[in-house]
Amino acid sequence: MPGEDNLFHHAVRLGDDALILAQRLSEWCGHAPMLEVDLALANIALDLFGQATFFLGLAGKLEGQGRDANALAFHRDVLDFRNCLLVEQPNGDFAQTIARQFLFSNWQELLMREIAAAPEVRLAAIGAKAVKEVTYHARYASEWVVRLGDGTEESRARMIAGLDWMWRFVDELFDSRDGTPSLRPEWDARIARTLAEANLELPKPRRAVLGGRAGHHSEHLGHLLCEMQFLPRAYPGAVW
Amino acid sequence: MNKEWPLWEVFVRAKNGLSHKHAGSVHAADARMAVEAARDTYTRRMEGVSLWVVPSAAITASDPGGAEALFAPAQDKVYRHPTFYTIPENVKNI
Repeated sequence: MPGEDNLFHHAVRLGDDALILAQRLSEWCGHAPMLEVDLALANIALDLFGQATFFLGLAGKLEGQGRDANALAFHRDVLDFRNCLLVEQPNGDFAQTIARQFLFSNWQELLMREIAAAPEVRLAAIGAKAVKEVTYHARYASEWVVRLGDGTEESRARMIAGLDWMWRFVDELFDSRDGTPSLRPEWDARIARTLAEANLELPKPRRAVLGGRAGHHSEHLGHLLCEMQFLPRAYPGAVW
Repeated sequence: MNKEWPLWEVFVRAKNGLSHKHAGSVHAADARMAVEAARDTYTRRMEGVSLWVVPSAAITASDPGGAEALFAPAQDKVYRHPTFYTIPENVKNI
């Protein structure tokens, strides 16, 4: 396992993934196609905010500079974020949101299983809690992929378009610095299984877009942070 | 064509040993989606350990108009309550 400094970066990456995706999903709150879906997406977002709080909290402790989870979430600028590009992609329509969740949650579930079993106890504790949550996220998103993919002509076209949009950000998930390349075969198998059930083909290979882990983000992240960070920056120390 | 998804009645078991109690309803395309919608809608605050969903259309209700004939006759039959028995002290939960 890497040293404390690498562990800090590792925790930041995990925390940023969860934080940014949670913020994205929250944008659906009050706008989802139906009440039940609205609640489901908000639940997933809350699970992810919880994970972000733990991972960034741990990162702050490892860093030892007095920054807590809030400081890391609200007082870093876009270049300091280390989330993968997939999670910052815009919601698009419901199918595009589901495509992003499907690709991400299946990866996150495999990763959390590995982390939960890892010797680093502080990470393992967070991973063990997250596994249960993420297993449901993956199941929920996978079921929607099947429903939309194998649904009407319209839903199918949207599901294909959603997966096409997100596909170029997949390779970044298997970045070597987190030891995740080993997760790829099982992830590929899971994705292929669900797509087959949905009567969908694997998206055509796209040239991978990378850079999120090094702080090179799309313009979407800046807008997201603008909204997310506004309040604590405009009113430092504000309490609920 | 009705574009609304069918309605499902949701029953939640609060803990093992208790019976499932009616919690409310959800819209869903099929039973599986109904279970997930019920999970997300009615068990967010640890309300349950088990869920049942039943198509609302499958429930036959008693006729409110016939309530008197159905329920009023029970009103003066207090002897049907098992209050005339002495319950042994070591029998709990009655």
